[in-house]
Amino acid sequence: MARYESLLDACGGTPLVGLPRLSPAVPEGAPPVRLWAKLEDRNPTGSVKDRAALYMVRAAERAGRLRQGDTILEPTSGNTGIALAMVAKLRGYRLVCVMPENVSAERVQLLRMYGAEIIFSPAAGGSNQAVATAKQIAAEHPDWVMLYQYGNQANAQAHYETTGPELLRDLPTITHFVAGLGTTGTLMGTGRYLREKVEDIQIVAAEPRYGELVYGLRNIDEGYVPELYDAGVLTRRFSVGTRDAVLRTRQLIEVEGIFAGFSTGAVLHAALAVAHEAARAGRRADVAFIVADGGWKYLSTGAYAGTLADAEEALEGQLWA
Amino acid sequence: MAIEVRIPTILRSYTGGAKVVEGSGDSLNELLSDLDSRYSGLRARLVTDQGALHRFVNVYVNDEDVRFLGSLDAKLNDGDTVTILPAVAGGAFGFAAAAAILGHRAATRAR
Repeated sequence: MARYESLLDACGGTPLVGLPRLSPAVPEGAPPVRLWAKLEDRNPTGSVKDRAALYMVRAAERAGRLRQGDTILEPTSGNTGIALAMVAKLRGYRLVCVMPENVSAERVQLLRMYGAEIIFSPAAGGSNQAVATAKQIAAEHPDWVMLYQYGNQANAQAHYETTGPELLRDLPTITHFVAGLGTTGTLMGTGRYLREKVEDIQIVAAEPRYGELVYGLRNIDEGYVPELYDAGVLTRRFSVGTRDAVLRTRQLIEVEGIFAGFSTGAVLHAALAVAHEAARAGRRADVAFIVADGGWKYLSTGAYAGTLADAEEALEGQLWA
Repeated sequence: MAIEVRIPTILRSYTGGAKVVEGSGDSLNELLSDLDSRYSGLRARLVTDQGALHRFVNVYVNDEDVRFLGSLDAKLNDGDTVTILPAVAGGAFGFAAAAAILGHRAATRAR
């Protein structure tokens, strides 16, 4: 169906497309190994986060946590903020985003156009400064509602009820599911659903490995694992560096014509790794992975042009996924 | 047997500032013991008294999380690269701020 009552109803139902050119070649007669991309950039605000934003707002409404005219406060460096801004606008809430000032200009402009208010935390102060800023805002506005995507079960539930069933409907022969690991909502929700329905399904996480500037500030005793995360849902977990993520992002548009953000490059890197393993072992594989968003919001980083080294340098210190 | 080990900024005080060090061992456990013999105290920052990997530490062998490869028992081979990183979720800023706000809210409610 291609007709919807409102934009919110058009969330999900994204296409799954085969990647015949990027899929590993196998010898004649050997079991096929195929890669499939789920195009989550085809959601209303252009990212997979629309699913989680819609589910989190609806769950808060049902629980009586959100009433008309309320203010939602969400610390976000990107897609969740944009998705929430759209949902908040259409459902009658005000959205305030807290984000570091070194995020790309496109994201800031998009958020403002959707009607969100933005509070910046100084980039120079790093995460310590960001924490201080957030604490201060919460103290000043105790009535603001935070949906907190990292611990909100509705985030994972969105994928359990929509992404998972869509994948199984479109690819009943699925053997691997690969997605990026951030809030962990996509992997937990989709992963749980597929594990219940598909024997021996492999649930593979690709985690961005940022430049040193991001980790440099982080103390090992003060690390953080999202409350949603359950390692038991995953089969494997890969860490993908900036250079590999950029390389694969470029390869995806050059070879298959799909223009995606850098987190998708990291996911494709992991998907190719498991696909090639299967091909070498002579095993059949249908590897589905998530294209979380398009590349439009990241053009200003400069990382789509020049050499890989240039791109790596351009993304140093940035949260590219 | 040489294994390349990448050390995060926060732990370089143990390696005299070195970003990359070399070690040996057939498993991650052996490698960490070998490193500790030269960089005293490093192992204790990564492994708990109960003998498990610290919750907020991620260790990767050739870019794959060791928790899915047997944790401290993960097998190592000559030429492997081991990367040690603090646990950081995607959207590193978001989680830090969110955790801070939730912590603040919990503290406010408790009063």
